[in-house]
Amino acid sequence: MALLEVSGISKSFSGLKAVQNVTFDVPEGKIVALIGPNGAGKTTCFNLIAGVYKPDTGSITLNGARIDGRRPDEICKAGIGRTFQIVKPFAGLSVLDNVVVGALNAASSIVDARRKADEVLETLGLAPKRLQPASTLTLPDRKRLEVARALATQPKLLLLDEVMAGLRPTEVDQIVSVLLDLNKRGLTILLIEHVMRAVMALSGNVIVLHHGELISRGTPDEIAKDPKVLECYLGEEAL
Amino acid sequence: MKLLFDGVSGRALVLLALFFVVLAAAPFLVNDYLLVVLITILYFAYAGQCWNIMMGFAGQLSLGHALYIGLGAYVTAALYVKFGVSPWIGLVPAMIIAGAVGAVIGFLAFRFGVSGVYFAILTIAFAEFARIGFDHFSWVGGAAGYFLPVANYTQNDILNLRGSQHMFYYIVFAMTVIAFVICHLLLRSRAGYYWLAIRESPEAAEALGINIFRYKMYAVVLSAAMTSLGGVIFAFFYNNLFPEQVFHISRSIEIILGPIIGGIGTLFGPIVGAFLLTGLAEGLREVMLRLGIDLPGVKQVFYGLCLLGVVMFLPEGVWPTLKKKLGLDRGNEGS
Repeated sequence: MALLEVSGISKSFSGLKAVQNVTFDVPEGKIVALIGPNGAGKTTCFNLIAGVYKPDTGSITLNGARIDGRRPDEICKAGIGRTFQIVKPFAGLSVLDNVVVGALNAASSIVDARRKADEVLETLGLAPKRLQPASTLTLPDRKRLEVARALATQPKLLLLDEVMAGLRPTEVDQIVSVLLDLNKRGLTILLIEHVMRAVMALSGNVIVLHHGELISRGTPDEIAKDPKVLECYLGEEAL
Repeated sequence: MKLLFDGVSGRALVLLALFFVVLAAAPFLVNDYLLVVLITILYFAYAGQCWNIMMGFAGQLSLGHALYIGLGAYVTAALYVKFGVSPWIGLVPAMIIAGAVGAVIGFLAFRFGVSGVYFAILTIAFAEFARIGFDHFSWVGGAAGYFLPVANYTQNDILNLRGSQHMFYYIVFAMTVIAFVICHLLLRSRAGYYWLAIRESPEAAEALGINIFRYKMYAVVLSAAMTSLGGVIFAFFYNNLFPEQVFHISRSIEIILGPIIGGIGTLFGPIVGAFLLTGLAEGLREVMLRLGIDLPGVKQVFYGLCLLGVVMFLPEGVWPTLKKKLGLDRGNEGS
């Protein structure tokens, strides 16, 4: 049994079929990448898993337990941490306090949460900025803060929504190495990413969505050779 | 105690102690008129602090806090006048009733996704319901008002809150200090962190495992129950209650001007704001009186100008700027 099993989920927004009958799973300890052109339904997929929307059909299980239709906070408690594509820092709070809020999910006390938050900030290289208000961070740092906050909730599965977008190649490599390290320590990751450099470095397992449907899955090499994938990215004439 | 002073700089502690001593000694230094002004200031500081839990911490704007003041006032006054129940006992049902009404408003709003401006309108609506309802509630006097018996008290009867202004001053002073300490501790608690997170971004807060419905309810109920204690003082100090005055929206606005001008979400904001507004308004009144000018509504115009000035020049409120000027900025996060 895989850690996360998504089977046959669909979601429409007043007639627009954002996600249609998508089935995939994320085995424990693996890093799986979800790719696809803009508007393919990747973020909707994330929001269905994270409880922001309830799927119209289908089921989602974490460790065998149904989680579809439950509230976002319950899903976080169940062990799924997520980041937002459009970052949502607690702008008025310090970087440390942002992460403390996340750490309180699993910590028994404020002191405990602070310790945990400091560890996570150290891991993501945000420690020198810990007392700055989050509103003063640059976009790459805000992305890192998103990861730090989600990580601090101590999830079994981490959902990352385009955390590399807008980062310089060296910064991408830095986050990639952090994620690989976390993965080695047992964290399962499902990520949406456009930065192929990161996808190739991180994941042996790629899922491709197009127009809300799953059109291909496999290793990065297999995906790169799949005509359906090439067609949706490059157009039919290009082939 | 460690939790209480954790992260507070030595300089801040010295200034705080000095402020405390001055306020504690104030009744022996000022005349009766100034003492009433000080009682009014502390009353607004207390009520503002309670309102701040909802708006400043949890980000839920209430424009109807006069409702909880009024409920606290009427419940304890009625219990005292009709049944001879001491206000110290009467405040228990008062807090429970105010908290329950807060819970009803919160439930209606948060269960059905009413937020922002619409939530604020809902709070006004409930205060208005109460105003009109109490206008016709003849058991407590209706529109004709409800009065507490007044006599010349030779000694303070703390048990029944009958006595001198000095007694009232120290009670309101104690309430303000306790509310300050409670808010200070709350900000360093799990609930405090969760409230700030909800204020800043409800979606992100929810994604981090926070049950935002529950924590918003905590904020409303706590704020409502604490505010009702302000109403107890209001009733027993002024000895008369008129629905048109107690529940009027201008009362709610008066409560929130202090924290807005002092600094929303800060611990000293409500106190600084109350001192500035009430202090200056009373000063202005005195000057006008001396000059023999009688202009009705001058206080309201003055409040308006203060608000305008703060919004334009100190959008975060007076306290954050004052804090920097006093050199208390470091090691004193959030307060």
